[in-house]
Amino acid sequence: MTTTLEKSPLTAAPAASTPPRLRLLRHSLVLAKRNLVKTWRTPEQLIDVTLQPIIFLILFVYVFGGAISHGSQHQYLEFVLPGLLGQGIAMGSVALGQNLNADIEKGLFDRFRSLPIARSAPLVGAVFADFFRYLTMCMIFIGFGYILGYRITTNPASAVAAIALTIGFALSFCWISVWVGLKARTAGAVQGIMFLLILPLSFGSSTFVKVDTMPGWLQAFVKVNPITHLVGAVRGLMIGGPVTNPLIWTFGWMTGLLAVFVPLALRAYKKRI
Amino acid sequence: MTYAIEAEGLTKRFGNATTGTLALDGIDLAAREGTVLGVLGPNGAGKTTAVRILATLIKPDSGQARVGGLDVVRQAEDVRRIIGLTGQYASVDEDLTGTQNLVMIGQLLDMSAAQARVRAAELLEWFDLSEAAGRMAKTYSGGMRRRLDLAASLVGRPSVIFLDEPTTGLDPAKREDMWDVVRRLVDDGSTVLLTTQYLEEADALADEISVIDRGHVIAHDTPHGLKRVVGGQWLTIRPSDPAQLDALTALLAEIAGSRPQPDGRDTLTVSVESDEILPVAVARLHSAGIRVDELSLHLPSLDEVFFTLTGTRNTAEESAA
Ligand SMILES: Nc1ncnc2c1ncn2[C@@H]1O[C@H](COP(=O)(O)OP(=O)(O)OP(=O)(O)O)[C@@H](O)[C@H]1O
Ligand SMILES: [Mg+2]
Repeated sequence: MTTTLEKSPLTAAPAASTPPRLRLLRHSLVLAKRNLVKTWRTPEQLIDVTLQPIIFLILFVYVFGGAISHGSQHQYLEFVLPGLLGQGIAMGSVALGQNLNADIEKGLFDRFRSLPIARSAPLVGAVFADFFRYLTMCMIFIGFGYILGYRITTNPASAVAAIALTIGFALSFCWISVWVGLKARTAGAVQGIMFLLILPLSFGSSTFVKVDTMPGWLQAFVKVNPITHLVGAVRGLMIGGPVTNPLIWTFGWMTGLLAVFVPLALRAYKKRI
Repeated sequence: MTYAIEAEGLTKRFGNATTGTLALDGIDLAAREGTVLGVLGPNGAGKTTAVRILATLIKPDSGQARVGGLDVVRQAEDVRRIIGLTGQYASVDEDLTGTQNLVMIGQLLDMSAAQARVRAAELLEWFDLSEAAGRMAKTYSGGMRRRLDLAASLVGRPSVIFLDEPTTGLDPAKREDMWDVVRRLVDDGSTVLLTTQYLEEADALADEISVIDRGHVIAHDTPHGLKRVVGGQWLTIRPSDPAQLDALTALLAEIAGSRPQPDGRDTLTVSVESDEILPVAVARLHSAGIRVDELSLHLPSLDEVFFTLTGTRNTAEESAA
């Protein structure tokens, strides 16, 4: 180690201090940036929000579309795109929990824990960074949908509202993944557990087929399923139809998810050694 | 006398409340301001657990500890403002560059982006990492990663610094460099708690040493005092011809005044009062016609320290690693 500096840079001096109220926000943004740099370095982390939506759109529209919509693939595209979007954000949240789990295993969070920042900052930061993943996914779905012939028939403001709602829901839903990521022992387990939850939620909904084709007991589940209401609201906002009721349900679910899973995640984080 | 680090009766059990591992079984530690406390112990002794409690990462089951006069449980947030932690395993972000790692820490410590960049450049230069500053940490060697990790813990100019086995895995030259850094930190007025498995290291750096074993402090002394107890230095000799081991045993017993012990294959080691014995030993070996492959004077290893302090060879489990 060289001693080119005549005075060592280690002498104690208090660090500059700034208003405490914005500190959580600022620290979370600094940590979000860290996640984004990592994504930038390893773009393959974006496959689940870029290539996967494209493949799902093609498969569902051309494999099932004809059968489900009696030959009209275009009609099915119109129906299934918001559904795939709903499923996509649920699946897109899995990576968050996996990454958190891996980061903690590597000991990186020990550093964060020894710093005078809010305990929640690394978690909130990771969720903030996920915003860009969900935004990317929405753009890909709508952009590729357009190529296949999907058209938003309402107005631009409604379309923006649909995207905002989807991302808002995603940022609430992903706290489940954060919690699972902190509880599970390995990153692989996070994926297994999350898929157990996501498969029934996304298929047991109005995502792929009309609800009235299902047996009654399943309809009861579908009617409270948050994905059903999110997809319903997005359909309404993009191609017209009832919006108010699914919106109320979706906001209710967002509030509920945040109220339950943010505290659970924070507690799991504190307990995790 | 003011203490920068004080711990009394710390206990910590992992896992099940009765059958889990008792990592700490009532540990007392104390370091005066501006000094180095060496915590010496074998694998699984509880060194890391003690450091993690003092650095507010985990809470003790009982007992209490203060760092800079602040309680590590009740005033954890304030403690975090004055400490720096370099854990046993480097906690740097592998996908960020050296600079990005340090700037991130600076910003988390409420520096402006510009201030954080200046500080990062300063530390990278100081730790000889300027050239690697723009490379991702995953391309660093083990030693570079350690230095970056240490730099990260110094971004906020902490007054109390915890170093958990800072030189394990470093080559001898880099180990000396690390020792210089520790001395420099203390010159600047910081207090350092350093864990190690080497008496040599504790001797080189620490003002006081606590020896811990299975969650207990089994000795606390100055390096000088500890060496007096464990018998100063050891003379280790390996004869070229194993047939001369018996003659060597007799010769060593005579000049050192105590019975030599076997130390590995065809090697004898004996505790000696001072290094003045070295020329005597060489002369006697020569006149007795005993040729040697190895002859060294060194401080006792951790194993020998334990042998002297506890009367048993240390057999602590390796599972912790
Ligand atoms: N998170 C944990 N869960 C369960 N047991 C643990 C945990 N951390 C430590 N232990 C146990 O506590 C004991 C003390 O461990 P600790 O890591 O403090 O030892 P150490 O002195 O740092 O050892 P080393 O020199 O190997 O780093 C060991 O028996 C270890 O197995
Ligand atoms: Mg350890």
